[in-house]
Amino acid sequence: MTASAAPTLDLRAARRQLLLDTAGIAVSAVGFGFVFGLAARGAGYSPIEAAAMSVFAFAGAAQFAAVGYVAAGLPWLPIVVLTFFLNARHLLYSASLAPRLREVPLARRALMAHVLTDEAFALAATHFHRVGRVDVPGYWIGAVLGVFIPWNLATLAGVLLGGAIVDPSAFGLDLVFPAAMAGLAVGLATGRREVVAAGAGAGIGVVLSVLLGPSVGIVAGGLIGPAIGMVMPDPGTHVWPESDLTGLPVDLDAAVDDVAHLGEDGL
Amino acid sequence: MSTELVLLALLMAAVTYPSRALPMLAPGIERLPPRMLLYLRLVGPAVLASIAATETLVRADETGAYHVVLGVEIIGVVLCAAIVAWRRNLFLGLVAGVGVVAALRAVGVG
Repeated sequence: MTASAAPTLDLRAARRQLLLDTAGIAVSAVGFGFVFGLAARGAGYSPIEAAAMSVFAFAGAAQFAAVGYVAAGLPWLPIVVLTFFLNARHLLYSASLAPRLREVPLARRALMAHVLTDEAFALAATHFHRVGRVDVPGYWIGAVLGVFIPWNLATLAGVLLGGAIVDPSAFGLDLVFPAAMAGLAVGLATGRREVVAAGAGAGIGVVLSVLLGPSVGIVAGGLIGPAIGMVMPDPGTHVWPESDLTGLPVDLDAAVDDVAHLGEDGL
Repeated sequence: MSTELVLLALLMAAVTYPSRALPMLAPGIERLPPRMLLYLRLVGPAVLASIAATETLVRADETGAYHVVLGVEIIGVVLCAAIVAWRRNLFLGLVAGVGVVAALRAVGVG
């Protein structure tokens, strides 16, 4: 993902392409934001609470996870701990973009960071690569028009319209949350280590949930599973993981590589 | 209208924002040991699988004790996961999983 290797496009043409990419992401964000709104409604969130989640936390998997915890009446501490670990991968995205944003004023960078998601990273990295340099308006197009606005509007629609559904379980809507979690886990299981970590996390989660309760079991599965995955040899092949807001592919490997090679390629 | 969970949203934001912002605001801080980066990378699938399995399989009885319960929900969750693995499309997986469980419940299964 180095600028020097980029086949550069005219800025106007690159932004047109960015808008097309952004539209596809936005459609997906609307679908998932709506599902989140429905799930939040089912867990007893008020519209203000659901909207606050999407505006402030703004992280799909963590928001879905919180829905399950809140519905089960569990303490906030496990939710906050899991949120931290679930969203720690943003460190890689931020580190990948940071060298390109050195000239952007600090306050603006601070705002840019809040809307940094899997999709925003994917769109910005691809766009910067196309134009061969940083294009801050391009970042806002992807991050805000493509994700933040659609995700938040769809969340509100889901939580408001969800009230019209009298018996959500009759439509299988109670399944949305665990199925989304399973699907997202599969999307992130991009190699042998990830698969082992996921399997171990699931097994440990279930056993300890039965013995000690879900608040302990889920956190233990999420924290011990990776340690088990780390002992597996790495075959060196990965496919792209999926975003936690839209399920679309995001090149996390490229972000990791970028971080690993910072300083070597003049970024 | 309840606003209690707004505080939870702010707490979640407080633990998420540093990961998003620190490398942008203080370049170089992200240079964690490779083993730590690998661990962080594996947390996502492990946490999500732990949540999915527990939410699908573990239920509390009237006394508050937890048990493994095999219900019709497993079919929907496994179907969703299989479609994601096959088609790389989470939304399609959700629609299929939810639809199958709704259909089974409509005919009195589960």
